[in-house]
Amino acid sequence: MSEQAPLLSIRDLKTYFVTGAGAARAVDGVSLDLYPGETLGIVGESGSGKTVTSLSILRLIPEPPGHIMPGSLIEFEGRNLLTLSAAELRAVRGNQIAMVFQEPMSSLNPVFTVGDQIAEVVRVHLGLSKPEAWIRAVDMLNQVGVPDADVRACEYPHQLSGGTCQRVMIAMALMCRPKVLIADEPTTALDVTVQAQILELLEKKQAEMGMSVMLITHDLGIVAGAADRVLVMYAGQVVETAKTEDLFANPQHPYTAGLLASVPRLDGGRGSLTGIPGSVPPATDWPSGCRFHPRCPHAWDKCRAQEPPLLDGPNPGQSARCWLVEEPNRRKAP
Amino acid sequence: MTTRPTVALIGAIVVTMGIVELLRRRTRHADGWRRFFAHPAAAWGLRILVFFTIAALAAPLLAPFDPNAQPGIVTLQNTAPSWTHPLGTDLYSSDIWSRLVYGGRVSLGIGLLATLVAMTVGVTVGAIAGYTRGWIDGVLMRLVDVGLAVPRIFMLLLAVAYWDRIPLLTLILLLGLTGWFTTSRLVRAEALSIRARPFVDAARALGASPIRIVARHVLPAAAAPIIVSAVLSVGNVMLLEAGLSFLGFGVQPPTPSWGTMVADGQGQLALAPWTSFFPGLTIAIVVMSWNAVGDALRDAFDPRPEQM
Repeated sequence: MSEQAPLLSIRDLKTYFVTGAGAARAVDGVSLDLYPGETLGIVGESGSGKTVTSLSILRLIPEPPGHIMPGSLIEFEGRNLLTLSAAELRAVRGNQIAMVFQEPMSSLNPVFTVGDQIAEVVRVHLGLSKPEAWIRAVDMLNQVGVPDADVRACEYPHQLSGGTCQRVMIAMALMCRPKVLIADEPTTALDVTVQAQILELLEKKQAEMGMSVMLITHDLGIVAGAADRVLVMYAGQVVETAKTEDLFANPQHPYTAGLLASVPRLDGGRGSLTGIPGSVPPATDWPSGCRFHPRCPHAWDKCRAQEPPLLDGPNPGQSARCWLVEEPNRRKAP
Repeated sequence: MTTRPTVALIGAIVVTMGIVELLRRRTRHADGWRRFFAHPAAAWGLRILVFFTIAALAAPLLAPFDPNAQPGIVTLQNTAPSWTHPLGTDLYSSDIWSRLVYGGRVSLGIGLLATLVAMTVGVTVGAIAGYTRGWIDGVLMRLVDVGLAVPRIFMLLLAVAYWDRIPLLTLILLLGLTGWFTTSRLVRAEALSIRARPFVDAARALGASPIRIVARHVLPAAAAPIIVSAVLSVGNVMLLEAGLSFLGFGVQPPTPSWGTMVADGQGQLALAPWTSFFPGLTIAIVVMSWNAVGDALRDAFDPRPEQM
């Protein structure tokens, strides 16, 4: 996959927020590539910067207090999204790059029918008339697996279940056949059974439309099932990136290993799960050296003093921001 | 009074009753309108407003005389109400009932048009301030603070003093441009709360422009408070217009407005009280009706308990 040119590439993205306690470096030097047709999973705890990264792509960060620092680059089809005018950016939003949010119920306006809201997207981007747009909206509702789409299109969000609302949001996102779909925790607010259906739907539409998906989640189970490659974020940085199977088989960064160890497994033994001690430090005050060292079981002097770069790991395409990659014999047995 | 105006008057009353009754029946199943008609004064307020609107529109049918005619400045001056002149005649021997009906055109027209101006400016300013926030919001809202701090009647008197005989359109603009401050605050508050809702972020992510977001998401949410403040504003503007006209700064004679008619009568209050009494009573009733209807609309459609 990496032979192809990336569709979307981010270089050294820094998104800071002005707060009372100083600048919060929510995203601090993130680089990533998204290739055509692939699913990239982005995982991390709350506060690791994954949502801010996704919002920065379409410049949806509230400014002020948020600010994307100069020197950041978000290149989509040869254009830097960060330098586009407001009108040019609107032509990309929803049209070429679309987003699905976490809370499907509150992401829909309660006073309009869902069909009206789906139709709105093509009225904005393609300038279709109301009846034309409506026909497309009903068709798309059908495609995302909403039964009786023509009846449902006339209903209001409060009349629909959470799962159906999320299907509506996906329909809205797919109306213009975007090249990139950013799904920010698309299943977090849903029941487990509905989660699986929504992920299946995303996978199916991705295959049909050939789009790339950026799947942001804190749930490693979702990543394991859906993503081709995974990017692990911690404290505003990418700490590890790898093909999904390599990441699960052979995590290089202790944080990744910790995340994997804290997920219950069907084939695991009984007994308590191992968690990662502590929590993500505040973004105004990242630790010196490796940002994970205060919580890392393997940390030694070098980790406290010197921040590791992304180092290439044992598998092709795998890299981790950890000195252990260079000095594997310091890794303690679990 | 001859047959034609009498028939027209009865017709206007019947049509008024019919319209309000029809509205009440048609909206029986809508919660909001049921609450509206449950308000003790709403239905009567609405009838009075509908009646005066019809009367203003059909003034040529209802008025037995030309409102500006002065048929006998000596013989017919200040005659008491009679069958020929149901509300009497004024200082210039003009028929008061005819002037009242035609004056409704001016008074109601000014009230409605000035409110339209005020609402347009208020909604625009409020939406811009609330949606853009930041320094634009700061500047606009300080401007509104200044506008609210100065009594409206003083602002109007200051502005009106520029003209010797103020044109009607200018008067309407002035009344409108001094009346948008509270509306802009209402709309701003609504814009601030709506733009924080996730569906606005979703709309932005899908490529909606700020204007579209305001028109589609903010204004519908703000519709109820806007309508209520508009209705209350009409009564207020009519009262101001009457005040200005009474002082001689508003509508200029011989154009009849209810305010000028009160002013015309003030010189002979003891001699011919009907000359001021009927227009004054009309102003009071109509303004009270606007307030009652506005109040009922607020109870029925606007969930906020009390406004600025």
